Amino acid sequence: MAVQTVAATPDQTDVPAFGPAAALSCRECGTRFPLSPVFACQECFGPLEVAYDLPLGDPEGLRKKIEAGPTSIWRYAPLLPVPADVTDKPNLHPGWTKLVKADNLARELGITGGLHVKDDSGNPTHSFKDRVVAIALEAARTFGLTTLSCSSTGNLAGAVGAAAARAGFRSCVFIPHDLEQGKVVMAAVYGGELVGIEGSYDDVNRFCSELIGDPVGEGWGFVNVNLRPYYGEGSKTLAYEICEQLGWRIPDNLVIPIASGSQLTKIDKGLQELIKLGLVEDKPYKIYGAQAEGCSPVSAAYKAGHDVVRPVKPDTIAKSLAIGNPADGPYVLDITRRTGGAVEDVDDEQIVDAIKLLARTEGIFAETAGGVTVGVLKKLIETGQLDPAAETVVLNTGDGLKTLDAVAPTTGPTAIIRPTLDAFREAGLA
Amino acid sequence: MSASVRIPTILRTYTGGQAEVPAEGGTLAEVIESLENNHAGISARVLDDTGKLRRFVNVYVNDDDVRFSDGLATAVPDGASVSIIPAVAGG
Repeated sequence: MAVQTVAATPDQTDVPAFGPAAALSCRECGTRFPLSPVFACQECFGPLEVAYDLPLGDPEGLRKKIEAGPTSIWRYAPLLPVPADVTDKPNLHPGWTKLVKADNLARELGITGGLHVKDDSGNPTHSFKDRVVAIALEAARTFGLTTLSCSSTGNLAGAVGAAAARAGFRSCVFIPHDLEQGKVVMAAVYGGELVGIEGSYDDVNRFCSELIGDPVGEGWGFVNVNLRPYYGEGSKTLAYEICEQLGWRIPDNLVIPIASGSQLTKIDKGLQELIKLGLVEDKPYKIYGAQAEGCSPVSAAYKAGHDVVRPVKPDTIAKSLAIGNPADGPYVLDITRRTGGAVEDVDDEQIVDAIKLLARTEGIFAETAGGVTVGVLKKLIETGQLDPAAETVVLNTGDGLKTLDAVAPTTGPTAIIRPTLDAFREAGLA
Repeated sequence: MSASVRIPTILRTYTGGQAEVPAEGGTLAEVIESLENNHAGISARVLDDTGKLRRFVNVYVNDDDVRFSDGLATAVPDGASVSIIPAVAGG
């Protein structure tokens, strides 16, 4: 069947516009398509992902090149669908966030094999979304798209707004109308258009999918719709960074939040690529998925032994994970089962407790998604699903300042006193 | 009974580029059969080999996801709007 697409514009500087990327490939049926702004397979509706001609054969040279690169995701440009001169173009240069050795939290949870928190709140707009948007932005530039857009649970809207502002794109982003104020303000401040949709995230997503098929959407790059194959690749950089920061080693366990499931599947793809490239030892690892109980369609499917995910209507404080119809849910099930991991969920109270636990033990203030991963890690240990003697990395994908509402009702001053020593003593604080 | 079906970009090769086409039927299954009669080949793109909706296809009758109702047996009222949308967006 003929593929009606916009072909990649030849690059005037002879730098391949998509670096080592060779084609788009359907994850379901394997049909390949030219690199273009399409996201679903014409044959089976399956998701398209980027296929590469990876630089095999010289792992030591590649490792040195990466280590000499910039302290951002662009150190991995040879493994991403971006041009080699990507650092010369205006973008937010995200990534290379801290991998925090979390000995206090490990002690609290009874983990003896080592625990790290990959703290992605350190990105330019304080969530991991800057990684994926940076890749989508480069694709939008190459395809000649002029408006950057997305359906968002909040973090992505801010990341798109900021990236568009830096790169000189128009932005118009769509969110559920009832998001946390911190995310709404952060999405709006960059000056693009921010549209609240009366409905859930899944309603927003449906609207965006229809908009991109309408003439109104011509020239638009929806980072997580028609640019989704490129966008998703940004999450591979989490895998690359974790391994490099551990000394080019894959940890035994990774605990990853699930919204659409894209991040988890791409982290697995990144690990597999590192093995194939010879940059890390080929060893077993377990991937665990974390959801909020109020939006746990993948966890429910995992526990029921199903291969498909039945959509749900979300009801949780973890709004950044509140996707009731997760596009990559089936692949999350495949990966967690293949690696011997699991998918688990925690309720809202456990999420808040976990946010406070991480803050109290490691000085990291996570947004609700980080509460979900830390809460699930605790539950996995308590239920014997995760070996505490193994080395674990848990992800915090966003900043707690964006979801103050989650902890504000149970967090505040220890005491309010007059400015006297007597009052201090009377309050029992001496 | 008649419905209006919104066609996603990747299926418009079957509808001569039309983004919206009419179809007959009282259930979603009948609407898809009607689509196939007028646009041969389209049902194989939407349904798998066993005749079920493909797992990466979302179908809405008016504003309701058919997976929350009766799937292919979902009733399609006269004048309804049916949307076929790739499911691999978002996140």
